[in-house]
Amino acid sequence: MQLIEGKNITIGYDGEAVVSDLTFSVESGDYLCIVGENGSGKSTFVKTVLGLIPPLKGEIVFADGLRQDSIGYLPQKSQIQKDFPSSVREIVLSGCLNRHRRLFGYSKEEKAKAQMIIERIGLGKIASSSFQELSGGQQQRTLLARSLMATERLLLLDEPVTGLDPQATAELYALIRTLQSDGITIMMVTHDIHPALNDANKVLHFSHNAYFFGDKDEYFRTEQGLKFLKEAGHDHR
Amino acid sequence: MIIGEILSYSFLSRALIVGFLISLSSSLLGVSLVLRRYSMIGDGLSHVGFGALGIASVMSISPMALTLPVVVVSSFLLLRLSERKSGGDSAIALLSSSALAIGVAAVSIGGVNTDLNAFLFGSILSVSRSDAWISLAVSAVTLFSYLVFYHQIYASTFDPVFAKATGMKCERYTNLLALLTSLVIVVGMRMLGSMLISSLLIFPALSAMKVAKTYLKVSIIAAAESVVAFFIGFIASYALSLPTGASIVIVHMCFYVLMTAIGWIARKG
Repeated sequence: MQLIEGKNITIGYDGEAVVSDLTFSVESGDYLCIVGENGSGKSTFVKTVLGLIPPLKGEIVFADGLRQDSIGYLPQKSQIQKDFPSSVREIVLSGCLNRHRRLFGYSKEEKAKAQMIIERIGLGKIASSSFQELSGGQQQRTLLARSLMATERLLLLDEPVTGLDPQATAELYALIRTLQSDGITIMMVTHDIHPALNDANKVLHFSHNAYFFGDKDEYFRTEQGLKFLKEAGHDHR
Repeated sequence: MIIGEILSYSFLSRALIVGFLISLSSSLLGVSLVLRRYSMIGDGLSHVGFGALGIASVMSISPMALTLPVVVVSSFLLLRLSERKSGGDSAIALLSSSALAIGVAAVSIGGVNTDLNAFLFGSILSVSRSDAWISLAVSAVTLFSYLVFYHQIYASTFDPVFAKATGMKCERYTNLLALLTSLVIVVGMRMLGSMLISSLLIFPALSAMKVAKTYLKVSIIAAAESVVAFFIGFIASYALSLPTGASIVIVHMCFYVLMTAIGWIARKG
């Protein structure tokens, strides 16, 4: 089933196009990697999908029942203050505010759901700990848990492994793989070739004034794909 | 007993209630303001409040009637200024000192009838019966909105981009925060003085963050610290005949040092 589709849309800021005539679609169960150099349109694409900026031309269509504000978004880490006092549970619970209707506090169901997600992501032991005292990997998992509170269908991850050590990176990728095999659709912006190579089934590549969208195998036969492989030291394939 | 003595004066018990409510409201708002790096806005607003107070005294109109709208409007202006990428802090500093200058000039035109000292550093004598009712209403509105929107204010403070992406209207909560802050400043300024009121917003939050590491605990400790510091400061000012605003701020300062030490020991130990 198709979750998100864009046909010949143009995206950009303040009337200035960054990517023109973009056509893409995300099916339920997909693992889409979004790659490309800095400034080529990845962030613009993310913001457009989230509805933070409108497309300059055309529109992004969402499947029945998927609301734009219930995409499980994992933002780039840099935008969160390092010294913010907050427990893991407080952060995870805040993910459900998009559907929150109660006047005071969270409902019993919301709390139960948060607890379930906390266990599922392996944060059970540190649920009451302070976010600022966690390791980079634990912090990312906390934010991932928060995005799962917002949705059970589609995660949009913006460079989730930036700043993580190799082990934490591998653990996070494994976790994302598990979520995907549980039926959650993944869209991931990344600089790292490994998820694109190992886990993804589709690739959206942005380069200045051009893009590629298609299956992974097809991508790694294109000039852009081969160049990416070479830069990452995987050109022996 | 000194407390019984204080309560036997109706203007002192009135000041006690008003101060308690202002301390509670300001500490809760302060947590969010400090975390959003909006501390300067509180400071700027109190200066603007002083300017408006000065003009109100010259034109001999009710101080609240002029100060309230001027400070509310300025809070939105200051908010926009502080969101600027560059030059925002300088703009706020200029606005603050300009408002202060206008206030001082106005007070000197007003002549002997106006007490510059009371405007700058507060006076518990200035808490009239109507002031008490207004501050009661303002505090009730502040506490109610804060409790209702606690989670939304938290989420839009912690990660506004995520909050926006999940459909939250973050600007609404920022504006609410600005509105409530200006209300609390206007009401608290008469008693604490415009030079000292902003410390009531900032000290409790900063002290609480030294010892607590979750948002709920920071909020609770900030509120408790603020109320306790107010009572100690208030009683001390009565017993030692010190200006009320100044003694309260000094108690806050002592708590800040104490909690910094506790936090430091807790980290080492």
